[in-house]
Amino acid sequence: MECMIARPSKGSAGKTGLWRTFKPIYDENKCNNCLLCWLYCPENAIDVVDGKISIDYDYCKGCGVCAKICAKKAIEMVREDEL
Amino acid sequence: MVVVKIKDLPKEKFLLPGNTSCQGCPHALGLKSLGMALGDDVVLVVPAGCTTIIAGSKDKSSFKFPCLHVPFASAPAVATGLGSAFRRLGKKGIPVVWMGDGGSDIGFATLSGACVRKDDMIVIVSDNEAYMNTGIQTSGTTFWKARTTTSPTGKREEKKDLALIMLMHKADYVATASVGYLQDFIGKLRKASEIDGFRFIHLHSPCPPGWGFDSSETVEMARLAVKCGAWILWEFDGKFRISPMSKPYADKSKRAPLTEYLKKQRRFRHLSDEDIAEIERRIDEQWRVVLALEDVF
Repeated sequence: MECMIARPSKGSAGKTGLWRTFKPIYDENKCNNCLLCWLYCPENAIDVVDGKISIDYDYCKGCGVCAKICAKKAIEMVREDEL
Repeated sequence: MVVVKIKDLPKEKFLLPGNTSCQGCPHALGLKSLGMALGDDVVLVVPAGCTTIIAGSKDKSSFKFPCLHVPFASAPAVATGLGSAFRRLGKKGIPVVWMGDGGSDIGFATLSGACVRKDDMIVIVSDNEAYMNTGIQTSGTTFWKARTTTSPTGKREEKKDLALIMLMHKADYVATASVGYLQDFIGKLRKASEIDGFRFIHLHSPCPPGWGFDSSETVEMARLAVKCGAWILWEFDGKFRISPMSKPYADKSKRAPLTEYLKKQRRFRHLSDEDIAEIERRIDEQWRVVLALEDVF
């Protein structure tokens, strides 16, 4: 029975970072720590570490919501094959 | 109204990354907000829909709260049973029904029953205005003239106003919310959790693949719907109030151009100028109803 119980785990669909076409690149110098990107990340792939944001690229699907919501333009979406 | 500050929100995640939601998914935004608002108290009841898939399969769950998958039409009835059991056993927990517009169409009988009995639960309908999980078929809440796979020339029927139906059903708490304004949604969830009885929130959830817009524009689209007046945010907790985000748009001159909202979506690309004028007339009519309700309640 034990194996039938689903436990909370990251990556229930695997490493969804592989879905990405565009990668969010974060520029700390432009950031004013408003945390809007953290609040509006649909994937919940942005963490707040010591008041600063950190993107979990293992799971970020590259939707681009964070870059759109950032008033300071501190996140830029760059094509994965151009990196 | 409960004011929510971003910095005060819990950092703990109740929706875990790496789940099966599409890029820019509005349900994911709603579900993570649910965790931020109510945390450990939530016991989720989910009928078939996108969220069934998002929850994960086999031994991995994307949710940190318990989740019960139930047959389509039964979700509010299951929550009724859960609520009674919690009370009888003296256990803590809020039964939260999370369903799409499909769940609320097909499960309307049980939704109505639970509301009439004032059973203890919070029902959230995350409305992406079509049956997205099964291939974008028309639902009761699909926007008039919107293209879906079962309305290739645009839906002929009116969008049903589920939140107003639940208001007239005498629910204890009714609100509309939007994934474009998560702090407002979290505030409404917290407010709902302080009230006893049947509580209902209609969440507007723009769907990138279903509506035909870029995955980066989910939040923008949800906000545009509010700014052009097509989606009105309000709350009823004994008193009917238009929420602050929507308040300015009671004045038609303050609204964003409707075409800005419609032209960004593939499902509205076929609209004629007459169609847009008719949609505008219907939006004005909706505002008259909501403003009148503010006077009545």
